Amino acid sequence: MVNFKPTVFAEGELVYTDGGILAEYAWLLVVLPFVAALVITFTGKYLPLKGAEVALTTIGIIFLYSAALMYLHITSGVVNEFFINVGSIGVFDIEFGWVVDGLSIMMYFVVGTVALLVFIYATNYMEGEIRYTFFFTSLTLFAGSMLVLVSSPTLIQILIGWELVGVCSYLLIGHYWEKKDNSSAAMKAFITNKIADVGLMIGIIILALNTGTLRISKILYQSTHDYEKLSTVAFVAAILLFVGAMGKSAQFPLHVWLPDAMAGPTPVSALMHAATMVTAGVYLLARMFPFYKAMAPDALDVVMLFGVITLLAAGLIAVVQDDLKKVLAYSTVSQLGYMVAAIGSGAYTAALFHLWTHAFFKALLFLGAGSVIHSVHSNSMLEMGGLRKVMPKTFATFIIGTIALAGLPPFAGFFSKDEILASFNHEGETTFFFIAVLGAFITAFYMTRAVSLTFLGEYRGHGHPHESHNLMTTPLLTLSVFAIASGWVNIPGVYTGFTDWVTTRKNKIVEYHPESFDLFALSSGLLAGLLGIALGYYLYQLQGSAETGDNKIKIQPIWSVLENKYYLDHFYFKFVIDPVKINISKAVDKFNTNVIDRFVNGFGQVASLMGSVVYNNFDQNGIDKLLNMSSTGTDNFGGKVKLLQTGKTQQYLMLFLGGVVTISLLILFIT
Amino acid sequence: MELLTNGMGLSVVVFFPLISAFIITLIPKAQEQLIKRFALVSSLITFVLSAVLLFQFDFSSADKLQLGNKISWIKSINANYEIGIDGISLPLLVLSTFITVLAIIYSIEHLPEPKSPKGFLALILVLETGMNGTFVALDLILFFVFFEIVLLPMYFMIGIWGDKTVRTVSGFKNQIETRLYASIKFFVFTLFGSAFMLLGFLGLYYRGNKTFSIPELIELGTSGAFTGTFATLVFAVLFLGFAVKVPMWPLHTWLPDAHTAAPTVGSVLLAAILLKLGSYGFVRIAIPILPDQAKAWAPAIAILSAIGIIYGSLACLAQTDLKRLIAFSSVGHMGFVMLGIASLTPIGINAAMIGMVAHGVITGLLFFLSGSMAHTYHTRDMGRLGGNMKLLPKTGALLGFTAMASLGLPGLAGFWGEFMALLGAYNPLDGLNITVFRTSMVAGAIGTVLTAGYLLWMLQRVNLGEPSDEWLDKDLHDADVYELSAWIPLVVLTVLIGVFPKLIFGATNDAVIAMLSKAFGG
Amino acid sequence: MIVQPVLVVAAALFSLGIYGILVRRNAVMVLLSIELILNSVNINFILFDTMLADTLMQGQIFTIFIITIAAAEVGIGLAIVLMLFRNRQTANINEFDLMKW
Repeated sequence: MVNFKPTVFAEGELVYTDGGILAEYAWLLVVLPFVAALVITFTGKYLPLKGAEVALTTIGIIFLYSAALMYLHITSGVVNEFFINVGSIGVFDIEFGWVVDGLSIMMYFVVGTVALLVFIYATNYMEGEIRYTFFFTSLTLFAGSMLVLVSSPTLIQILIGWELVGVCSYLLIGHYWEKKDNSSAAMKAFITNKIADVGLMIGIIILALNTGTLRISKILYQSTHDYEKLSTVAFVAAILLFVGAMGKSAQFPLHVWLPDAMAGPTPVSALMHAATMVTAGVYLLARMFPFYKAMAPDALDVVMLFGVITLLAAGLIAVVQDDLKKVLAYSTVSQLGYMVAAIGSGAYTAALFHLWTHAFFKALLFLGAGSVIHSVHSNSMLEMGGLRKVMPKTFATFIIGTIALAGLPPFAGFFSKDEILASFNHEGETTFFFIAVLGAFITAFYMTRAVSLTFLGEYRGHGHPHESHNLMTTPLLTLSVFAIASGWVNIPGVYTGFTDWVTTRKNKIVEYHPESFDLFALSSGLLAGLLGIALGYYLYQLQGSAETGDNKIKIQPIWSVLENKYYLDHFYFKFVIDPVKINISKAVDKFNTNVIDRFVNGFGQVASLMGSVVYNNFDQNGIDKLLNMSSTGTDNFGGKVKLLQTGKTQQYLMLFLGGVVTISLLILFIT
Repeated sequence: MELLTNGMGLSVVVFFPLISAFIITLIPKAQEQLIKRFALVSSLITFVLSAVLLFQFDFSSADKLQLGNKISWIKSINANYEIGIDGISLPLLVLSTFITVLAIIYSIEHLPEPKSPKGFLALILVLETGMNGTFVALDLILFFVFFEIVLLPMYFMIGIWGDKTVRTVSGFKNQIETRLYASIKFFVFTLFGSAFMLLGFLGLYYRGNKTFSIPELIELGTSGAFTGTFATLVFAVLFLGFAVKVPMWPLHTWLPDAHTAAPTVGSVLLAAILLKLGSYGFVRIAIPILPDQAKAWAPAIAILSAIGIIYGSLACLAQTDLKRLIAFSSVGHMGFVMLGIASLTPIGINAAMIGMVAHGVITGLLFFLSGSMAHTYHTRDMGRLGGNMKLLPKTGALLGFTAMASLGLPGLAGFWGEFMALLGAYNPLDGLNITVFRTSMVAGAIGTVLTAGYLLWMLQRVNLGEPSDEWLDKDLHDADVYELSAWIPLVVLTVLIGVFPKLIFGATNDAVIAMLSKAFGG
Repeated sequence: MIVQPVLVVAAALFSLGIYGILVRRNAVMVLLSIELILNSVNINFILFDTMLADTLMQGQIFTIFIITIAAAEVGIGLAIVLMLFRNRQTANINEFDLMKW
């Protein structure tokens, strides 16, 4: 393996290769899944494996392609971006495209690898489940959307990928939508993210309008070259982008959707809600890192604050969960907190390194949990226990994942967590450093608790659990290799290839990177992890059993507060959602019908009243009366005159004679 | 091809449907198949012709009025038969001919009660003439005539084929048939607005050298011929006329009633095209002729739009009637369009243009779906629906897709209108009150959350969950081939515009920039 | 030529005829009175024809016409009266007011 040296700068410009044909065709990564999703939708039902083969082939190609890119990148360093203009609006060019650089290639590889393993796992896990074909459609669609997001060279494409993964998440969380809880969880995930997206959207708008471009590389170039106009809005924009990241990466207090998202099938949780989708926020912060570093260092402090709060708060909740998947979900939130806090402290590589290792070992843990749930038919750890005997492969791999998460050497989590702690220490954030160490302790503790309740002790459930099918255990074994070894790519002082990979970008990254182990950070982190495991083992194995361990730590009122998740959901429902959904919307509707509409109707009624006045008084009694009078007058007159008509001939003749005489006389006298 | 470029082509696109409608009235009532075929063929011919015009149209000079003509019409008042299209009207014209074809395809098998294809299809074609005419007219009187022609067919469609249930109306003592109330409200409301609009036109005529020609009036307006109280009043009445049609808050209340009562195809055309006549009027007439007034009124328009967005979305959350919910969603979506227009920037008005097309396609499809579902279930009450995905999987899947498109999912058509409108509102035209616009932008952004909220809630109530027992033994029919062939094109269009917005921006951008630089300089 | 006495006779006959028409109740007598009037006219025609020595003798030709028409008229008139008498058993002209309003 050739160690690529990216630190060859020529006046701030990187020396890199353009990646050749492999980079040029990287759009295939993005387009293929969408084509595959279409193919599965329309032909899936008629295929022998119900569409899974199409999904697997696609994701296999993506894995191979990303591996090839990774190899090319490691050997020769690739930085390139491609644009397609999809429309101009005013002076703005709306562009899609794909970017091939250290950061995105790392993400391609993570998505490709984890997705491939999860897909293989899911073919067996989901067998016989309802909507099997649609599940693979959505999963493929998700892979495509995630690749849209991480391949994005423009902010607008990031936004598109951002919300597309949100929709896939909605579809997959709500996979069993016959139950209202599941569709509500899906809705909650979508809406929470949408709220955060408002921040992202406005942030993008601010950045775009102040730099005049949507291209990330241009915006970053301007921010590192002290672009005057940007500096006034940089802080606001940075915070708003972070709000977006808070939603997707489940940062406190917008993390509430992620635990609920466990309503989805377990492979979904592993792929989306542990390894890839939830890291989108971290990815965004990393992508925009030069901007944060140069223009909005204050915003980084905010980022770090929220990251630290999240890592502690979520870790504490994980301790009280009885649902295996929820333990892992809160653990994910907590680990995302680490990543975000790392970015906030300015440790770009450390954050991405943790993202990288976490993707593998957390996917492993989730898939292990899925394997357990598949065989026990329950999520609750209270109905598990003693599974180490019947599910040895799952147990072994789960232990590997646990140790990796707890951060014991030489497993992956040790190196990445250590780098984060080291960077906190280096930045002089003593308080945050100790909170992070405390977090590491809690992590080790709740994972030990979970392992004890699930695998140790005696079986408490019903039915007969058994080891899962090879299609499920093989991905577990593969992932455990990654969980052990993925940390070895970035050992301070030994081999730091990872740092070189992810910093190979068009926009130079300025960050602290430890040259050797920080022994203080290393020892505190390790000690915290060991203590956590020890305490867990003591409480759940030595002092009592897996069944009684919880009783030792049920300290009121902290326990209830944690069990109710700091009452955040209550707060949201009582003060935000219910008022909007019920009171305000009803009030608006009432306003609409009773005020505006009443006004309109009143207008109509006044008009019709005026009409009746005009009609009755003026028209009927005025004009019409005159008209009628002229006709009745004629009638009356005729009635009178007709009496002359007696029918008596002699009378007529008399009159006639009279007439003749009169006329004669008149003629006689007038002439 | 020479024939097409000198105005003949446009005239045929406008009047061919009218002639066809006349011929349909001559076909005996009993020959239903012949009537249906004839209507379909003539709408297809109109659409193909408009597509041919698309190729005749010179996109490199999309800012100029093309393919038009000017013939003396009423000499005594100097009203001319002046027509032409540019990048602003072209997408709307094609959308109009396109949606009409789909509406007629749908009507072949799904006529509302009382079934009378002759009258119904003839009215659709008359409606098409009105809509197409409005988009090509370049003379105020001609514009007004077409603008009003549209009312009649829609009035009859709602009044004859509408919802016959009886409802209470606030402020009325007696209950009234939904269709009667809605059709009269629709007609009178719109006429109320356009009566004032005509006054405005006459005002422009007398102040502006006795001409009704829009291009000439634009020249006059941009050279400062209309100023002072006169201009304020004229803009006010034009605003009233167009705002009722859009509809802008608080002049929107005819819309939910009309949509709820109208037959499926009626709602589709109403949402897809008729609402656009108002916003199109702003872009074509009100802003370029009275730029200074537009600037003075823009903050007010922005505020009303922002209120409309929030208000419409909140009202949606309270609805139990599926079609009424979608109708209220139109208020919100058209709020985005008007917010874009109010910003008076190329970004904002382009956003409005793509927003109009996207809303036409997406909400048109939503009304198709909800209408079809109302027909199948004989109810629009969302409390009774549920599990639609199980009962009518195709319709349900399309409803899910369309709801996603409607909530502005990036990658689908609805996104560009919303996002770009917010982008435009952040930096409005120089000299406009930035605080007002940024507040409106934030309100609009919050509106997108509420939009997502009510649409997903709607999906949860209608599409998901287990179907209630009352439907289990019923024989419910999923979408048939006529419905699908009317809907799929809209789905495809939604995706195409979403992925490749150049389809719209390519036509509108130059025209919008030219219009704005003429109006506001630079 | 003696003109005046003849004119007086004709006038007297005319007046008698008018008197008869107005006064007599019997329909036959009314018809007779009409004959009197016609004859008074005839006398006048003859008189003026002779007096003016008309070479075409128009007066005499008219007289012959009038006599012919009077004959026809009396024929029809008597027939009507006869029919009325048959239906009503009376020839009293006052009873015949079928044509009133």
